[in-house]
Amino acid sequence: MTQNPVLSINDLSIEFPVYKGAVKALNGVSLHVNEGEIVGVVGESGSGKSVTSMMAMKLLPEGSYRVTQGDISILGTDIIHASEKTMRTLRGGDVAMIFQEPMTALNPTRKIGIQMTDVIRLHRRLDNDAARQLAISLLKDMHIADPESTLQRYPFELSGGMRQRVLIALAFSCNPRLIIADEPTTALDVTVQKQVLMLLKAKARELKTAILFITHDMAVVSQFCDRVYVMYAGSLVEAGSTRQVLHAPRHPYTRGLMAALPELATPGSQLQAIPGNVPDLSRLPAGCAFASRCPSRSDKCNQKPVLTSIHEATTHQVACWHPALQEELAV
Amino acid sequence: MTTMPVLSLKDIQVRFPVNPDWRGRPRQHVHALNGISLEIAKGETLGIVGESGCGKSTMAQVLIGLLQPTQGEMTLSSGKSNGKGGMQIVFQDPQSSLNPRLPVWKIITEPVFAAANRKVDKAAMRELAQQLAAQVGIRPEYIDRFPHEFSGGQRQRIAIARALAAEPDIIVLDEPTSALDISVQAQILNLLAELQRSRQLTFILISHNVSVVRHMCNRVAVMYLGQIVEIGDAAQVLEHPAHPYTQLLLASVPTLESVQDESAVPENVELPSNRVLPTGCYFKDRCPSASSACLQPQVLKQISTQSQEHEARCHLAHPD
Amino acid sequence: MNAMTEQTLPTAPDIQPAAASGLGYFFYKVKKSPLTVAGLFIILFMLAMMLFAPWLATHDPNAIDLMYRLLPPSAEHWFGTDEVGRDIYSRIIFGSRQSISVGLFVVAVSGVIGALIGCFSGVVGGRTDRVIMRLMDVMLSVPSLVLTMALAAALGASLFNAMLAIAVVRIPYYVRLARGQALGIREMGYVKAARTFGASRWHIVSWHVIRNALPPLIVQATLDIGGTILMAAALGFIGLGAQQPTAEWGAMVATGRNYVLDQWWYSGFPGLAILITATGFNLFGDGIRDILDPKQKGK
Repeated sequence: MTQNPVLSINDLSIEFPVYKGAVKALNGVSLHVNEGEIVGVVGESGSGKSVTSMMAMKLLPEGSYRVTQGDISILGTDIIHASEKTMRTLRGGDVAMIFQEPMTALNPTRKIGIQMTDVIRLHRRLDNDAARQLAISLLKDMHIADPESTLQRYPFELSGGMRQRVLIALAFSCNPRLIIADEPTTALDVTVQKQVLMLLKAKARELKTAILFITHDMAVVSQFCDRVYVMYAGSLVEAGSTRQVLHAPRHPYTRGLMAALPELATPGSQLQAIPGNVPDLSRLPAGCAFASRCPSRSDKCNQKPVLTSIHEATTHQVACWHPALQEELAV
Repeated sequence: MTTMPVLSLKDIQVRFPVNPDWRGRPRQHVHALNGISLEIAKGETLGIVGESGCGKSTMAQVLIGLLQPTQGEMTLSSGKSNGKGGMQIVFQDPQSSLNPRLPVWKIITEPVFAAANRKVDKAAMRELAQQLAAQVGIRPEYIDRFPHEFSGGQRQRIAIARALAAEPDIIVLDEPTSALDISVQAQILNLLAELQRSRQLTFILISHNVSVVRHMCNRVAVMYLGQIVEIGDAAQVLEHPAHPYTQLLLASVPTLESVQDESAVPENVELPSNRVLPTGCYFKDRCPSASSACLQPQVLKQISTQSQEHEARCHLAHPD
Repeated sequence: MNAMTEQTLPTAPDIQPAAASGLGYFFYKVKKSPLTVAGLFIILFMLAMMLFAPWLATHDPNAIDLMYRLLPPSAEHWFGTDEVGRDIYSRIIFGSRQSISVGLFVVAVSGVIGALIGCFSGVVGGRTDRVIMRLMDVMLSVPSLVLTMALAAALGASLFNAMLAIAVVRIPYYVRLARGQALGIREMGYVKAARTFGASRWHIVSWHVIRNALPPLIVQATLDIGGTILMAAALGFIGLGAQQPTAEWGAMVATGRNYVLDQWWYSGFPGLAILITATGFNLFGDGIRDILDPKQKGK
């Protein structure tokens, strides 16, 4: 990569000590997000996608986890060894976060306006009026019809979509270089989701803000992201441009996931489910974590495959000993 | 419908009193369902789609008898009284729908146990639980385990087995796969389809996920603000939506295909209040093609140009 | 963003501990909290004292010897003697039987009755619920010590009547707690499902509500044991509890107060016994609460 990455995670492994052992949540994850790029991380529950995003901002409860190897760097700052003070200036400054549940992210007892100006003034030297003006213009950008009166309202008076738009406005208030969005639209209806995603994308493009977008929804990735990483049981299994990964998946897991979507199946037909379940993260096999569910496994799969480019002239990477050869899926 | 309906709803309305004055009399009502009429034929799968606030959860509660409609009639052809085995439900969240402190065999056979007023033979119950567990793909040896020892998908299988134990005519599936991962969703949808074939079950599938509804259902009803705005043959409604709301809904669903037009950010996505219902068409404030004709209340009518069943609640769909 | 991010943390990032249950897990959690272990040791120590009282005591607790009245602690009388020459150490040992069984009895009776009333009230709802809860509010509005004293006095002065009075007064606390739990559990999918099977209220309460409401009730009960012993001691102190010559900690403190300036050991040692027992049950109860709290799991 010649571009300079905003976020880069190198060979990161994290475990959570629990009764009789440890949950190995991340196992050698390497990913990077370049300036102005929208990068998706897809995976099912337990894949480690949320742990990745939380760890990038060092938001996991102190003492609950152990970093066994690897490092994270955001804009050149070493996150794993950063002090809480460094993290505080980073969070909400150069890096902002958007979460799934827009209700809990706002204090229910204070008006939107006060909460917005407070946050803005925490990171920017502005007086109250200037902060208020900035809040109004940010809300306007988020297509909130009447920003002045919205500032006078309490969070519970807004709909879920409005709250999420307020939070996105807030996330952009300090011109961040990176936004980490963890399932930001999962709790929203599709009509609202479409609006929120479009506004988020438009604003990010305008300010050249990079986004790390965590989701389980393939279709949202397809609409929203430039590049995508697919995670399974704490490891990356496939990476590449959205088109490459979703339309010509090489890893058996990605292929299985796409085939399981009812969107792509004939109505009423049998869906191609992936047999079995996600492995227990406290008892991961030494080799490929997907092997037990994989149709093309062999003895070689007892060794853990690493993410490698499928041929030299491409960014499409896959962690599999037997990647599928077939070209584009009929999507 | 040519066959006898197993279930028919006639002008079901549900209102909740809110905002009581000092004497406890309600000053306002939340209008959750505003006249739902439906007939469901044996063996079919009817999908009910809509967004939050459209009344689909209230609908589920009315169907399974947890909520009495304020007005209207619901008749089950089998004569089984509602709430006594005529209809069963599979909930969205398999985490909270199974009692964490009961072993699986007790969970599965609970409907039989409760219906027999708790006087049942334990061995027979265990055998029934084993049979049902095997049918839904849970290993019969596991019936002494507790819910937390199973994954989300397996828990949903257990919930399905429990619904089957009551031998219902109709199973209401309330967002049965929304809490599940994609690969597991496929397993559960396949299981449901297979059970429907082998047991001639009738399903009412309530979901916000248009793809799931398209995959599973013969017929589909689209709800908006407590009304059915469009109903008919699933392929027909989802491929050629006639009501502007259905059109908006389907256009908003993200697809794997080409990227949607990025310039047209949808505006006015807020639902009107269900305390004071709009006059005329409920959708007119958000409708791109609203006109003065929309001030009149709209009726659900067959679209004359279609041969299959396809009704819409919009004057634009009925040119006459 | 700081104040916000703190509240917004999704607590558990999709991690599930492998089968976090069973006795082994329980002891694993207990071991991680030294205060819980301390509480557990105190409780075990007290229970041993109850069981082995005849062997631990150095004297007959009721043997009067006016020659040796009000002696300070010595090799012969470890904790000294009281105003009629009884050995205070032995009386404390035997008194544990009275005091601790008061605690266990009261908590068991009020806990079971309160849990049943509370669960039914929560499940049935409506007018029945309102009537029961208003009744409980009335009981709660009277200071509990006053109410207990009035009841105990009405029933007559004896240890059993005192226990009964304390138990009755404790009931509303459990009713409120159990009802609160029941209101939450009533909305769970499994209760809704049970209602669609046409399950009876008794079925819903016994199968679903009680089982799931139990953990906080158990915690409340362990926390209450210490308080109950103090309450029994208070009744004993004003003469409504155990009667002479039965050894009971509260009564001993009460009589000892007349001599507190010159013979500190008389009320001091039984007071210490009450303090240690109450602390033990409280520490253990606190620890149990953290262990049973599902939100703490996997940490």
